Amino acid sequence: MDTATQIRTPSAAAEAGIYHYDALDHAFITRRVEAFREQVQRRLSGALTEDAFKPLRLMNGLYLQLHAYMLRVAIPYGMLSAIQMRKLAHVARKYDRDYGHFTTRQNIQFNWIKLEQAPDILAELAEVDIHAIQTSGNCIRNVSTDQFAGAAADELVDPRVYAEILRQWSTDHPEFLFLPRKFKIAIIGSPQDRAAIKLHDIGILTQRNDAGEPGFTIYVGGGLGRTPVIGVKIRDWLPVGDLLRYMEAVLRVYNAAGRRDNIYKARLKILVRETGAARFAELVEQEFANLSGDRFHLPDEVVSAIQARFGSPDFADLPQVSPAYQKALAENADFARWVSTNTHPHRVPGYISAVISLKPIGGIPGDASSAQIDRIADLAERYSFGELRIAHEQNVVLAHVRQDALFALWQELEAPGIATANIGLITDIIACPGLDYCDLANARSIPVAQSISERFGDLARQHDIGALHVNISGCINACAHHHVGHIGILGVDKHGDEAYQITIGGAADENAALGQLLGAAVSAEQVPDVIEGVIRVYLALRLPGELFIDSFRRVGLAPFKREFRHGQH
Amino acid sequence: MANTRIVIDRTGAVIANAWTTLAADEALPSAGPVIVPLARLLAETDGVLALPGGVGVLVACDEALEQIVPLLPNLALVAVAFPKFRDGRGFTQIRALRDQFGWHGEIRAVGDALPDQFLSLVRLGVSTVELGEGEDPESWSGVLALRGGLDSRPAAEQPLPLLRRLAAPFAA
Repeated sequence: MDTATQIRTPSAAAEAGIYHYDALDHAFITRRVEAFREQVQRRLSGALTEDAFKPLRLMNGLYLQLHAYMLRVAIPYGMLSAIQMRKLAHVARKYDRDYGHFTTRQNIQFNWIKLEQAPDILAELAEVDIHAIQTSGNCIRNVSTDQFAGAAADELVDPRVYAEILRQWSTDHPEFLFLPRKFKIAIIGSPQDRAAIKLHDIGILTQRNDAGEPGFTIYVGGGLGRTPVIGVKIRDWLPVGDLLRYMEAVLRVYNAAGRRDNIYKARLKILVRETGAARFAELVEQEFANLSGDRFHLPDEVVSAIQARFGSPDFADLPQVSPAYQKALAENADFARWVSTNTHPHRVPGYISAVISLKPIGGIPGDASSAQIDRIADLAERYSFGELRIAHEQNVVLAHVRQDALFALWQELEAPGIATANIGLITDIIACPGLDYCDLANARSIPVAQSISERFGDLARQHDIGALHVNISGCINACAHHHVGHIGILGVDKHGDEAYQITIGGAADENAALGQLLGAAVSAEQVPDVIEGVIRVYLALRLPGELFIDSFRRVGLAPFKREFRHGQH
Repeated sequence: MANTRIVIDRTGAVIANAWTTLAADEALPSAGPVIVPLARLLAETDGVLALPGGVGVLVACDEALEQIVPLLPNLALVAVAFPKFRDGRGFTQIRALRDQFGWHGEIRAVGDALPDQFLSLVRLGVSTVELGEGEDPESWSGVLALRGGLDSRPAAEQPLPLLRRLAAPFAA
């Protein structure tokens, strides 16, 4: 059967964990597609110059890349239904080269799009309530969150309802569509930061106070790019009712005062740095006080109404420990190894979250074929209430799998090539599209990622090395967050040749840190050898059970630098 | 100086325009209606405000609105400049005039705004838009129609589900 005919329209019942659109939401994105179709027609007819069209297409996710248009489709806070996932496979098959690329903002990109087909693609996506609104341009981008939101055992508050509120607030916000520069917000509800909130323009940590009420701690001014900055806290506690009022205040200060004279100094981080964090916080509080209270107050009933639009998984009442699962773990070492890296503890007894690796050894990080996307959608329906998530590490999460079904799920991942037991390991590489696609890049990222993946492909060795994040960006725009990779690789242009600077010791978690430079840039061929040297030093000096990042923090850069210099002679 | 630019209202309809805009170095006319740059208004407040026929002020995107707040009761129009369509500071100024400074008079967007920004302008409280040289007013009214138009009901009467009331236009 043709896969296109299998695509269903959303049912009246909300998918588990997915925000359910009503007729007004749906009408909004449909109108938006028609407006864009008209803009494309004006562009194709020449009535609209490229200069005037550019911000309009960017606001609808359409970039002009090296070889073709690229369409970045929003996956709000990384959450998708199986039905929506199948639609992505359909778009990849019908309009692209049969694959899509999942990004570090939990979105998906299609790299080979024809301008005249873009409105048709958006119309097809709108059928299942997906859009590409504000996935680029100088506006508030897709809000990102923890890929284990609503499932993680360590979570204090499910942040998704607030992420959805922020999505609704920021979508088509009349005041903030032409900011000095792009604007990124991340929100989490767990003390373990899996969404790198301190690397966002606004990072929000949801917590509970002593009375058990949810509220927020606000960080601002984080970001990577050519000036990497860790965000600073400007508000310890913000009650839920003030969330939007406070967001408005931050954005207004930024929109009015952010620099517009230099694109490289236009992000919020520069304004915060130039103003001083304390003074910036004062300006925000002033603006906050000026705002008329009622208009931006977020009442509990609105939060509840939005919460009610999320389907909730119908969990079975299961024992804490599943004997079948324990038996499979004991009997199958490969399965046990996969479980050790590719799962995360669930808050509900008898359940577990599974991570599907889009990082096969030697593959392109984050790429998935339409067949794989379809397959993952099927698995989500059979194993995880029809819900799935895209992780910012470019993998896919089935968040609510029964422990006693995990072995069966794992067996089904083998055939489509998505069973690699490498989540969080050295081959779970985050890479940007690089010079193979992107006209901003100085160097290729993908072949370098592939060569590292192949060099360290042996699973036993990877597991021995342990948790180690490698991030590769093809230019200083840092789409792959190289500054905060345990090992960060940055493509640079060295007298017309592609070369790579390597940093170590970065971290994107709650102890966010920027990596430190090992030494001069090396060639693509040398990169795996340099990393080999870093690993050699680590393995020689690590204490029992000590992770790479902890060893680095204990001993510092010097021994790694010595090894690097030695390797260069 | 003559004003040859077309001016439209919130619905995209072309309206008669009697306002002229004073250049920075131009002598004050004997009567309005005239739009005066903010610096001139501040430098020659008494003379400007004494003009019969109505006075408006032109605010550049990097000028602080606080300076004109005491003068607002004497003004008939505030023109907010968009030097480039990419420069969105004017949106915040328009919103602040309505929401923060309680201005109920005419707000006019002038400069390089795009038809595709019309809905934002209107939602933030713009009353009129002065189009660019040779611009077709139909491309502006067309955008409103395409985007489903505006819900002109007061926010309180709009269907309240979720956050949509926040998207209701600021009252002029």
